Order: sequence, then C-alpha cells, then structure tokens
Amino acid sequence: MLESVLITIATAATPLLIAAIGELVVERSGVLNLGVEGMMVMGAVTGFGVAVTTGSPWLGVLAAILVGAAFSLLFGFLTLSLVTNQVATGLALTLLGLGVSGMIGEAFIGMPGVKLGTISIPVLSEIPYVGRFLFAQDPLFYISIVLVAGVSYFLFFTRAGLTLRSVGDNHDSAHALGIRVIAIRYAAVAFGGACAGLAGAYLSLVYTPQWIENMTAGRGWIALALVVFASWRPWRVLAGAYLFGAVSIGQLHAQVIGVSIPSQFLTALPYLATVVVLVLISRNRRLTMVNTPACLGRPFVPAR
Amino acid sequence: MMRLQLVKRPQHSAFFSAVSPLIALALTMIAGAIMFSVLGKNPLDALYYYFIDPLRETWSLHELAIKAAPLILIAVGLSVCFLSNNWNIGAEGQFIAGAIAGGILPVVFPDFQNVLVLPLMLIMGMIGGAAYASVPAFLKARFNTNEILTSLMLVYVAQLFLDWLVRGPWRDPGGMNFPETRDFHAFAILPELMPSAGRANWGIVFALLAAVILWFVLRKTLKGFEIRVLGQSPRAGRFAGFSASHMVMVSFLISGALAGLAGISEVSGAIGQLQPAISPGYGFTAIIVAFLGRLNPLGIVAAGFVLALSYLGGEAAQISIGLSDKAARAFQGMLLFFVLGCDTLIHYRIRLVGLSVAKTGETGAETNA
Repeated sequence: MLESVLITIATAATPLLIAAIGELVVERSGVLNLGVEGMMVMGAVTGFGVAVTTGSPWLGVLAAILVGAAFSLLFGFLTLSLVTNQVATGLALTLLGLGVSGMIGEAFIGMPGVKLGTISIPVLSEIPYVGRFLFAQDPLFYISIVLVAGVSYFLFFTRAGLTLRSVGDNHDSAHALGIRVIAIRYAAVAFGGACAGLAGAYLSLVYTPQWIENMTAGRGWIALALVVFASWRPWRVLAGAYLFGAVSIGQLHAQVIGVSIPSQFLTALPYLATVVVLVLISRNRRLTMVNTPACLGRPFVPAR
Repeated sequence: MMRLQLVKRPQHSAFFSAVSPLIALALTMIAGAIMFSVLGKNPLDALYYYFIDPLRETWSLHELAIKAAPLILIAVGLSVCFLSNNWNIGAEGQFIAGAIAGGILPVVFPDFQNVLVLPLMLIMGMIGGAAYASVPAFLKARFNTNEILTSLMLVYVAQLFLDWLVRGPWRDPGGMNFPETRDFHAFAILPELMPSAGRANWGIVFALLAAVILWFVLRKTLKGFEIRVLGQSPRAGRFAGFSASHMVMVSFLISGALAGLAGISEVSGAIGQLQPAISPGYGFTAIIVAFLGRLNPLGIVAAGFVLALSYLGGEAAQISIGLSDKAARAFQGMLLFFVLGCDTLIHYRIRLVGLSVAKTGETGAETNA
C-alpha cells in the first residue's frame, strides 16, 4: 500500500520536477521565462503525436525535447535579442503554446496513446517497501533524479556553473569580465525549454497516455512556483515537487475513497496549496533576498 | 554570420509608438497566412473569413460588440496594473468571481424582481471581482508574494468553484439535470441596445465609458502620473512620496472590479444564466488586447475590436472552410509575440552587424571607461 502510494506520488511529482529544474537553470542565469506552461503543453502534444505516428515513445520523448527547446528560443530571441519585457513575453509564449497545441492536437483527441514502459532493475527492485518505488519506475523518473543531481553539480561545482550564476547575479560585471552574457542566457533558456518539453512528454506518454487539450492544467505554473519555493536550490525543488505530488495524489485518493467533500474542492487543493506555500516562503524576506538571482527578469543590453 | 545589435534611441520614437501595433498586425497576418497554407487552406480565403466576412452584416457587427465588450473592460483595467508594474494575470478568475457575485440575486433570490435588481447585480459583480483581485494584491503588498503566480492559481480555483455551484447548490431545479442555473428573469437581463438590429447590449457602452474615464485618469490626473511613475521607476516614485504597496491594491482593485463587471455583463447579457464555462478565455486574451493597445485605454478600444474579430473570424472560418476554431487561439498568441517584438523599435534602433570583429573585448573596455 505504502509503496503504491509512493509510486503514484512519483508520477505526479516527476513532470513538476523536470519542468522546475529546467526553469531553475533559466532563472539562475537571470531570465524569468513564464512560458513553462506553453512549452510543456507543446512537448505534450508533440510527444504524443510523434509516439503515436511512429509507434515509438522514445522518438516522442526526443521530439518533445527538441520542440520544447525550439519553442523556448522564440522567447529567447524576443527577450534576449530584442530585450522585450520578460513577463509579457513569457505570457505570450504560454498563450501561443496553448493555442498551437490545441490546433495540432485536434487530430489526436480520443486516440489511444503509447505508454513508455517501466524499467525495473533486477535485485534492487525487490527491496521491501521502497524497491519498486526507487528501482522499478518509468525511465523519465530516473532521468528526473539524474537531472537534479546533474544540475546541482553543474551549478555549484563547475566553472561553467559559476559563470552561469554570475551572469544571473550581475550581468554588467560578467559582461565586463568578457563573459558572453547573451549566449549563456540563450543556452539556459534552451535547456529550460528542453526540460519543459520533456515534462510535457511525461504527461502524455506516462501520466495519462492520451492527448487532452490543455492537459498540463497549470502544472507549468506550479513548476514556476516550485522554483521560488525551493529558493533556487536544485535539491529543494525535488523536495517541493514530491510535496506537491503528495498533495495532488492525496486529493485523488480522497476522491476515490469518496470523502464527502465535493470533488471540485479537492481538485482545487494543489492550486490553493501553491498559494499558501508561496506566501509562507515569501514572508521570509531575507531568505528570498539572499537566494533570488539579482538580475532576475532584468533586461540586458550590452553597452557599446 | 550576422548579429542583431540594438542601439538605444535618445528618446522614444513617436513614429514607431503609433505604427508598431500596425506592423505587428501585418506580420501576424503574414504568419497566419503561412500557417493556413500549412494547414492546407487557401490563405487568402482564410484571412477573408477571419477579418472581412464578420464585418459585412449588421447582426455580425453586433456580435463583434458583444465579444469586444468584455475584452475592452478587462484590458483597460489590466493596463492600470501593467503600467504600474503589477502583473495581474488572473483576470479570468476575477471575471468569474464577478459573474458569481452578480448572479446571487437572480439565482438565489429569483422572487426579488424589480428595477433595482440589475443595478445591484452590476455593483455586486464589480465588488466580487475586486474582492477576488484583492487576494493576490494583499498577499503581494503584505508578504511580498509573487502576484503573477497567486493571481493565476486563483483562476483555476474560481473555475472549479463555479463548476461546483452550477452542478451543485445553484443547479436549476427544473433543468433536467443540466449543469446550469435557472435562466435569469427579465429584470436581471442586461438590455440590448437595438433589439431589432442585433444582440449587442449595454456591455459595450460600459466598456467605452470605462476606457474614456481611465484614459482621463491616466493622462490628466495626479493619480495617473503616480501609476506611471511607480511603474517606470519605483525608486523615483518613493522619493515623490508614492507608495508602491498602496498602488498594488489600487491597481488590482480597479482591474478586478472591471473584470467583475465584464463577468456579470456577460452572464446577464449574452448568456442569461450561469454555466460551467462562461468565458472563452477573455481574461487571458485581454492581456493581448492590453499590449496591442499599447496600454493606452483608447488604443485598447481599437485592439479590443481586433481581438473580438479574431474570435468571430475563428467561428466564421470554421463554418465556411472547415478551419479549426482552435486556430484563433494560435493566431492570438502569435499576435502578442509580434506586438512585443515590434515595440522594441520604439526604444531601439536595430542594426545587423557582422560577427567578424572581436567585439566582446572592445565593448567591455568601453563599459569600464
């Protein structure tokens, strides 16, 4: 029982985790991309479409990653090369993604999907209580954990990671040191887009292997909130994602058991939880001040 | 290899301020034409059904006004938020909150029928929208919570709450179990302007009034100056004695009230009852309207009609050439992209330069100097 609950929590947490870890890198480089929802839903529709037409879920995953990255570069071009307002442009990306995915996906509504199978590691997966949770999951679950570890290592233990953080904390100084601010931000934005695309593919290839319009249902926004919740620290994103996974699974289980609360109220729980968590985190001004990348959302035009 | 280079203009270009939305519209049409041909439709036909066909008949112009009214009302309020650097993106939720609050009288007290009902409904709708907007505003002012995320989360909550109401306690007892409330009685219906010609109702009048009033406030009063100063330079605003947290509340309450008015006008006008889905995304499309109108209330009126046209055009193109009505959403998203991109021309000259010169060292040295 415990183990199956843990596994369902992981399936709810993994897409949030993947999208949030990508956005964390973007924000660490000083760019606020509010288009996560749009990139995610584009990933979901391409992942589904390619998997169904080719019969290979892996090709779907790959396509979703590429489309997510390509889509994020639209945002990158506007905000980095044309220095448009990042908040407005991120919103535009979300609106565009929801519109385009709805249009592309119309052909896929009601089609049976292709599910990405699970990979169980022999012996280890037989460990009582946690074996199946940790070692008999879908491949994207493993990738999500590797991503967190990789991003954490990259940001805090490599020179390139230090450079990326310096761009996010003070782009003028970084520029004066000869660091190519814009190029690094482009790379970070593309990475974030790839992650959001992958997270979308998780939804349409693992979580519910079918295409439903707007199937991301605000998860991209919750991922954005997770980055704030985690105060821009990779491992805290992992903790946050599983916390949210637990909340959303908790409400599903409550609906199944038939708790006498209207289902709409239970469905609203993850959204309300996001608001509550954001309030709790932002109350502590010093904590947020210390960790927020200082140039987050600020436009950069190299002086000539 | 070429690279874009931005050169800051000494002052913003008045020419491009006026022209950039038009360039954006033109670029959107070109991109749209490409999209339509990729979808296997004749692009000229598609553009005709999108932008010309809905303008040919009087009844259709009335429909245009019905669609434009909520967009303009919401976008005018959003312009106050965006100008003061407060990012209310939960107008869709405030629209629903206004519709619910305004709907209390005709749904819960159907026997209360006299001329007071409609004015009370409109006031309650505005209060409902403003109250719902006050939540993210208060959280931002008091706890410094990110208003983008909280206002957006509350959209989902409002949608679910409305869904529960119309399926649960507010469901029409004589409605064969359909998820909808009873029809609003005659005193609760927003009158049509010219019933013989089409369905357009007083909503569009409210929208135009709101635009003119806010244009006056923003351009000609100290409050309007305060809004713009706090948006452009919070530091300068503080020195002038303007309070940013006060402005958070003011801007959210204004935009929430207008979104709420749009909500109650929509349900008491075009729809006539509450249903699970009362808005085709007006609250989000209004963001596009606000930017296309360059955050100027009078510009927003024009922009509201353009976006309303894209809704109607989407329906027309679906009926006539079988183009999915989902294309309209994609179209609207593209438009915002082009609008934002073209606005760069107002503050910068764009130059293409070769990458061959070692630019980084040179510019870095200049920055230091």
